[in-house]
Amino acid sequence: MSAPALDVQGVSVAYGGGRLALRNATLALQPGRICGLVGMNGAGKSTLFKTIMGFLPPLRGQVQVFGEPVRQAQKAGVIAYVPQAEDVDWDFPVSVRDVVTMGRQGRMGLLRRPSAADRDAVQAALARVSMTDFAERQIGELSGGQRKRAFLARALAQDARLLLLDEPFGGVDVGTSEAITGLLSDLADSGRSVLVSTHDLGTLETFCDDVALIADRTVLTVGPTAQTLTAGNLARAFGGRSPLHDPARIPERALEVR
Amino acid sequence: MDALLAPLGYDFMLRALLVSSLVGAVCAVLSCFITLKGWSLMGDAVSHAVLPGVVLAYLLNLPFVIGAFVFGLISVSAIGFIQSRSRVKEDTVIGVVFTALFSLGLVMISRVSSDVHLSHILFGDVLGISQNELWQTVVAGAVALGAILILRRDLLLYVFDATHARSIGLNTGFLYAALLVILALTIVSALQTVGVILVVAMLITPGATAYLLTDRFSRMMWLAVATGVLSSLLGTYVSYFLDGATGACIVLTQSVLFGLAFLFAPKHGQLARRRQQRLEREAELQG
Repeated sequence: MSAPALDVQGVSVAYGGGRLALRNATLALQPGRICGLVGMNGAGKSTLFKTIMGFLPPLRGQVQVFGEPVRQAQKAGVIAYVPQAEDVDWDFPVSVRDVVTMGRQGRMGLLRRPSAADRDAVQAALARVSMTDFAERQIGELSGGQRKRAFLARALAQDARLLLLDEPFGGVDVGTSEAITGLLSDLADSGRSVLVSTHDLGTLETFCDDVALIADRTVLTVGPTAQTLTAGNLARAFGGRSPLHDPARIPERALEVR
Repeated sequence: MDALLAPLGYDFMLRALLVSSLVGAVCAVLSCFITLKGWSLMGDAVSHAVLPGVVLAYLLNLPFVIGAFVFGLISVSAIGFIQSRSRVKEDTVIGVVFTALFSLGLVMISRVSSDVHLSHILFGDVLGISQNELWQTVVAGAVALGAILILRRDLLLYVFDATHARSIGLNTGFLYAALLVILALTIVSALQTVGVILVVAMLITPGATAYLLTDRFSRMMWLAVATGVLSSLLGTYVSYFLDGATGACIVLTQSVLFGLAFLFAPKHGQLARRRQQRLEREAELQG
């Protein structure tokens, strides 16, 4: 059997200071599947992404991507990562096209001049997120949803085999949200693997093959969506530590699922 | 008319115009990265911190660029070292380190000899540049410019979004170090022209001016170079009639260009912004 797209084995990390930010988290993602990462704010979703990317060095455990250490996979351009909020200077003198082209930069030659193939890939990525008309805009001139789509296009242009998307649905309108789910399904159909965190439990079933529930800084459980999204599991993820916790505290959306 | 052309009749003036415009161009290219990265204070720090290196090079009879470069690197290493091992904020650490090294340089000069012309080091002396110094300046500037041009796109990505740079496998630690080394080299090359104290203006003003004029990085670089070279030529020329203060004249010219861009830049200037705001308000009042 081939190596999983993503293999997180018993990883613990800390941000400095004594408290762990992630405790013994384990998660595997097979190629061609979409895994939704679900949990309350502060449960550790973004921390898990940063750990997978190697920005937080694990105290214990290890992360592998297609059977390789993360850094090697990054150098091979295998992983695309779209953080929750792009921590960039929106007044920076770059256009949307410039930003999307940066997705290709790892594979360009010594002087990083984009080739015809690079330009085509950028054009295709822009078209895929309906941003062609905004390609020459300076990034600060975009709306919130357009900014998200521009950075999503950069990840697409990278043509990575594993995509890590941290809250791509945060603060976007319904249209953009549907466009993103359609995009993720297409990516999975073409053999890409996607780990995507979200708050919206209602739509999980429509596009996620797997779900990972994350709570109190660790992965509670991960598996096929239907088996994993049970009322009991959701209560554990959203209702506090005790599985027998008062169901009234489960968010309404969570209850709608089952 | 003859009086106006008179400066061009002297070799030392032609040499000064050549050196200062080269330095203006190199500094201008780097200034685009420094201003976008928010490293103005770092530029100020490194330029002051090279002073002991220049004095030491004089004492040991070494080329001044080597002493200055070594102390430039010492200053950035010390800043990085202290910052990573204490709770003191970065700008504070930078301030502490560079003033310490600058003071060390001043003490060394006062103890050493009157042969080291303090004012030349502090304020530059491009009109009196020797053949030897000219070569040192040209070599340091050329190496810095070459490095920037080769690493240009990776440095830009690093300055814009270091997280993404790392995600696609770039070595961000190397790019950080490269930018600092290029900064030190550029400062070294500009020492003869504007001196330790005013180098920082060369490293930020052209970039700041260009940033007001465009939303595209490649255009920003060309505009910065244009204002940098123009300022160097005009400043050097004017200083002939003032009989000195060449560095200050160059920096003043840059400042005037910045002021013009601040007021009249087509989109980001004060007048354009006011007009835009007024139009938006009127549209809203009518709508």
